[in-house]
Amino acid sequence: MSQRVFRVPQAFGPVVVAPVLVNPRPFSARYDLDRVSGVISRTDHPLRGQPVAGRILLSPLVQGGVAAAWALLTMANRGVGFAALVFGELNPVMVQGAVTAGVPIGAGIDPRAFDELVTGTLACFDPGRGTLSVVDEPAPGQVLG
Amino acid sequence: MQLTDEERRIRDGAHGELLAAVFAEQLAVGEFFGAERFVPVTNAHFMGDWEIFGQAGYDYLRRLADGGLRVRVPTTRNAQSVDFEHAELFAQSCELVDGERLTRAVLARLGVSTLNTCIGYQSVYQPRFGEHVAWGDTGTVAYANSVFGARTNYEGGAAGLAAALTGRTPAYGYHLADNRRANVRVRVTAAMRDVADWGALGALVGRRCRSYWNVPTLELAGQVPTSDDLKHFGASMASFGSMAMYHVVGVTPEAPSYQAANRGRPLIDEFTVDDEAIEAVFAEDIPGGGDIDLVVFSGPQLSFLELKRIAEALDGKRVAPGVWLIITTNGLVGRAAEEQCLLTAIREAGGVVAQGTCWYVMDPAAQRAHFGWRRLVTNSAKLSNIIRAHGYESALRRTDECIHAALNGRLEPR
Repeated sequence: MSQRVFRVPQAFGPVVVAPVLVNPRPFSARYDLDRVSGVISRTDHPLRGQPVAGRILLSPLVQGGVAAAWALLTMANRGVGFAALVFGELNPVMVQGAVTAGVPIGAGIDPRAFDELVTGTLACFDPGRGTLSVVDEPAPGQVLG
Repeated sequence: MQLTDEERRIRDGAHGELLAAVFAEQLAVGEFFGAERFVPVTNAHFMGDWEIFGQAGYDYLRRLADGGLRVRVPTTRNAQSVDFEHAELFAQSCELVDGERLTRAVLARLGVSTLNTCIGYQSVYQPRFGEHVAWGDTGTVAYANSVFGARTNYEGGAAGLAAALTGRTPAYGYHLADNRRANVRVRVTAAMRDVADWGALGALVGRRCRSYWNVPTLELAGQVPTSDDLKHFGASMASFGSMAMYHVVGVTPEAPSYQAANRGRPLIDEFTVDDEAIEAVFAEDIPGGGDIDLVVFSGPQLSFLELKRIAEALDGKRVAPGVWLIITTNGLVGRAAEEQCLLTAIREAGGVVAQGTCWYVMDPAAQRAHFGWRRLVTNSAKLSNIIRAHGYESALRRTDECIHAALNGRLEPR
């Protein structure tokens, strides 16, 4: 059990515990996802084929625009939505969409998180406390995703 | 947040529980961004179509309409995902077509004008300097903030409608003067010969300075941008960089000089874009050329002048067999083009002009699967960026190169 905790100064929504999906690129719901299957589909994306359902997306930035606002609600309704979204920096659309969809969201996470967390790490995102903390990490060599 | 008496009444349910719930969403967003108050808006632009929101979005809208809510300010709608006249041609699903019919009806009940356009700023409403509006669609936001000097954030999905229903939006981001100051300085020495050059410039600026909160200032070397040039620049910058505002010294209203645009904000980047840099963007994709499946002029919808230029270039010619030429615009421009016989020229050349939609919201993944399309060419940097999510290989080229490719069925090497 690790005690590692990363500060998330801007946050909204209820507490969630879920595996992290570490996305090294700026995220866009329109550009990156098959929003029906909930799988990353962009042809040149390093996480192509990865499902996003039930995961905490950790991404440094966002790209593109307003589609995310509806996409988050639609994906949640289809059962393929994110457990939460945590960004280094974001735009208003992500927050607007997350609020409408009831998906926890955060911004301004300590950039160390992108170096120290790997996909599959079980984490607790607590918007009230403004923290993302490690609950359990995948064993070395474990197939992630 | 500090609320006015009216805002407290909305929050406390004096106008009904539904409007209170809508306002609660706005409050949550405002508090997330540290807004101190709301600001009244005079105009809203709603983004939402069946392709992006499906049944869940429709149910959200229907709940509001069933509750009797109506917009308080003039509100237009962004491009929808179907041109009913061409739905069969594009093999669009019954679910999508029926969904769009339902969506139009429910939006009409809410008081939204379903003009279905992402270029309302060129054809419907031009806010004045300093006017607070609440616009969805990134390109419209960039144009409103930058070219008109109006004030808006990205108002995605339900947020744009929320502002329309309450008549206000949280005052953060680009509603506040300090956030509109430039913090990136770009000197443009490239010749900028086509709208695609402006899109390429937007890609360079967006990739390098990506952040909603960054504001670039362009300093030109004698180039004179048109409305369409600035449209493509803003849409591309938003697409690649999620950016919502820019200045052009001597062109946009808050930039009579670089100093006026910057107003002491620390710079995070400063660079020059020359011809070589622009050409390098064009050479990124499909540099060896080759066969193509379709040429698309869309994203944003075409203005009347863009449509006229393409119609004149196609007049008396034929698109190559097996190649699709797709153009999108809004109904207002479409009717004007029809009157001027421009649509006839395009149709006789073998092109398709879809109205009230933008091709990337027409479920292009389903079209790729149905028609076997793989490679497309476009003069829109925004479209070239977006369409890769749908499994296409895309190339950004100048308008004349796109037309040449459509007529010959091949993209020339670069």
